[in-house]
Amino acid sequence: MFHWLEKNPFFFAVAVFVVIAYAGIITILPDFMNSARPVVGTKPYTVLELAGRHVYIKDSCNACHSQLIRPFKSETDRYGMYSLSGEYAYDRPFLWGSKRTGPDLMRVGNYRTTDWHENHMLNPKSLVPGSIMPKYGHMFSNVADIETAYAEALTVKKVFNVPYDEIDMPKLGTFEESSKIVLAEAKMIVDDMKSPEVKAAFARGEIKEIVAIIAYMNSLK
Amino acid sequence: MQSSKIINYDYSVAKLFAIATIVFGIVGMVVGVWIAFQMAYPELNNLANEYGTFGRLRPLHTNIAIFGFILSGVWATWYYIGQRVLKVSMIESPFLMILGKIHFWLYLVGVVGVVVSLFMGITSSKEYAEFEWPIDIAIVVVWVIWGIGIFGLIGIRREKILYISVWYYIATFLGVAMLYLFNNMAVPTYFVTGFGDWWHSVSMYAGTNDAMVQWWYGHNAVAFIFTVPIIAMIYYFLPKESGQPIFSYKLSILSFWGLMFVYLWAGGHHLLYSTVPDWVQTMGSIFSIVLILPSWGSAINMLLTMKGEWQQLKDNPLIKFMVLASTFYMFSTIEGPIQAIKSVNALAHFTDWIPGHVHDGTLGWVGFMIIASLLHMAPRMFKREIYSKKLLESQFWIQTTGIVLYFSSMWIAGLTQGMMWRATDQYGNLAYSFIDTVNVLHPYYTIRGVGGLLYLIGFCMFAYNFYKTMTVGKEIEEEPHSTSPMAA
Repeated sequence: MFHWLEKNPFFFAVAVFVVIAYAGIITILPDFMNSARPVVGTKPYTVLELAGRHVYIKDSCNACHSQLIRPFKSETDRYGMYSLSGEYAYDRPFLWGSKRTGPDLMRVGNYRTTDWHENHMLNPKSLVPGSIMPKYGHMFSNVADIETAYAEALTVKKVFNVPYDEIDMPKLGTFEESSKIVLAEAKMIVDDMKSPEVKAAFARGEIKEIVAIIAYMNSLK
Repeated sequence: MQSSKIINYDYSVAKLFAIATIVFGIVGMVVGVWIAFQMAYPELNNLANEYGTFGRLRPLHTNIAIFGFILSGVWATWYYIGQRVLKVSMIESPFLMILGKIHFWLYLVGVVGVVVSLFMGITSSKEYAEFEWPIDIAIVVVWVIWGIGIFGLIGIRREKILYISVWYYIATFLGVAMLYLFNNMAVPTYFVTGFGDWWHSVSMYAGTNDAMVQWWYGHNAVAFIFTVPIIAMIYYFLPKESGQPIFSYKLSILSFWGLMFVYLWAGGHHLLYSTVPDWVQTMGSIFSIVLILPSWGSAINMLLTMKGEWQQLKDNPLIKFMVLASTFYMFSTIEGPIQAIKSVNALAHFTDWIPGHVHDGTLGWVGFMIIASLLHMAPRMFKREIYSKKLLESQFWIQTTGIVLYFSSMWIAGLTQGMMWRATDQYGNLAYSFIDTVNVLHPYYTIRGVGGLLYLIGFCMFAYNFYKTMTVGKEIEEEPHSTSPMAA
């Protein structure tokens, strides 16, 4: 049938490539622009929230928690409104996850508080008896990387035209301006927390990972 | 086949990769068993501060198992099979020889980079594509070197017709290259802004598009690492070890092109009921079902190759490994399509049935094929008998028991959790809180851990057997024609 191909490695390889390549083109490209459009009201993450998102990624929270509510009654009852494509327009990378060892977090900001997260991260079992989530005490000692988060926000603004600094959108500005905004935002969270370690660090101008990740969690709505 | 006596094949690169396969196999499985027990006994998460949590270790497990263990196995067999089916030795080309060695050592450096960065939590978060851009670039270099190696060897071949295995290695090379490049497209933030960590980058795609590209990659990384090169192995080693010709050449052509055509469409089945367009989901679902045809085509071709020679299953443990591997391949490629049916997926997605499915493929099909391949190669590479048949027999049963425990416990766990998530009481309210659905899984998580541990024990027996074969196996004069010689 194809005996000629099996003697001609070059054309064989070309044939393989053509056969495997076009499925991706047909499934991904047609809706690409449409899928990139945000839902009205969706805003990009603030720098502090982005830093928290980086903590989320660093500790692979997405290995056990999804951020995708499927359109079933059992899911909307448990987690809230099902996910819309445009809600993810500023998610780079997407964090849908593929396993729910723990519950979905797509709208966790609607029903959990700073106080709840602080206690839960220190010792999940204290709030959820039987929980198998690890303790995340190190988030109380590690310092959040605000500079990298700023770099990411500025990059997506420059390269992908993410609407920072536009009307009704999060303000970015220069790094110095941004740092002031981040501190003001972090202060609101630190004020709601109990940990003397976190408070003392904040007084020195340091923002711990726990503060950033709570900012991120609270933004998920 | 007589020319194999004339050509003096060089296995130095194959040997290096064979040893890497075994070492990474043990490391990857140890981490796997450890995180399996972490799910049953969560206290195990906090023994090494942030570096010992499930979240940090899980990407290490997947990446060492896939890109350490399996990929080394793929390369070990390529550097063995490639020369033999193309009828040309690597000695004949000093260039390819050096390239092969660079391939190995550069790859090793890459692995070290991966381990260190994942421990530090430097990750892009995309499954099986967690590495940041500097490592991605190193991987592309390694990959290109392998590509030059493949086509270089093909360029100086004596056998004009490319054997089936070579088709599959070429497809592995091209498929992974394409998928990896597009999925890892990212913008390094430091070089755009001058702020922050130099290794950090941000994905070129956002949200739903990122998910589409990721699972187009994720599903097909499975295709082109867990399936395609493993079929290359079985097409070579099963006929060689059994002394039987391939049942049907036509069927192998049909299965090959069928697999190439269908596989890439199926990624959408990872995103059913998500926010990707409905038609993409439906296509993913349908093509997953169609995928049964080429998958079973190869597997049936293998099983029928044993036609009339089934007594070898009793006499030769390597045949046993390979036949069970193709059986697990059939099993896994019917289970996958079932999970890709939309209504089944509604229940199965996000549950433990999915890792269960992955592992009956990887442990049963991929793991067993790599073990059988390396043991077939050992007497020919080291000119020694396999050290112990008895050890091999017990390894087979220990590992098979391990796999059965693994997938059966994960089936039950997955279905239980899926059913509990959607269960309602008589008033239509959710019947269980989330934590109820976690606590009920404890016994299954324990059984799964034990299953994994048995598989690991079996793998260590294999490592010992291989090492002993290498060092003290009885020397043999002539290369065995088919059945690999082994001491009782």
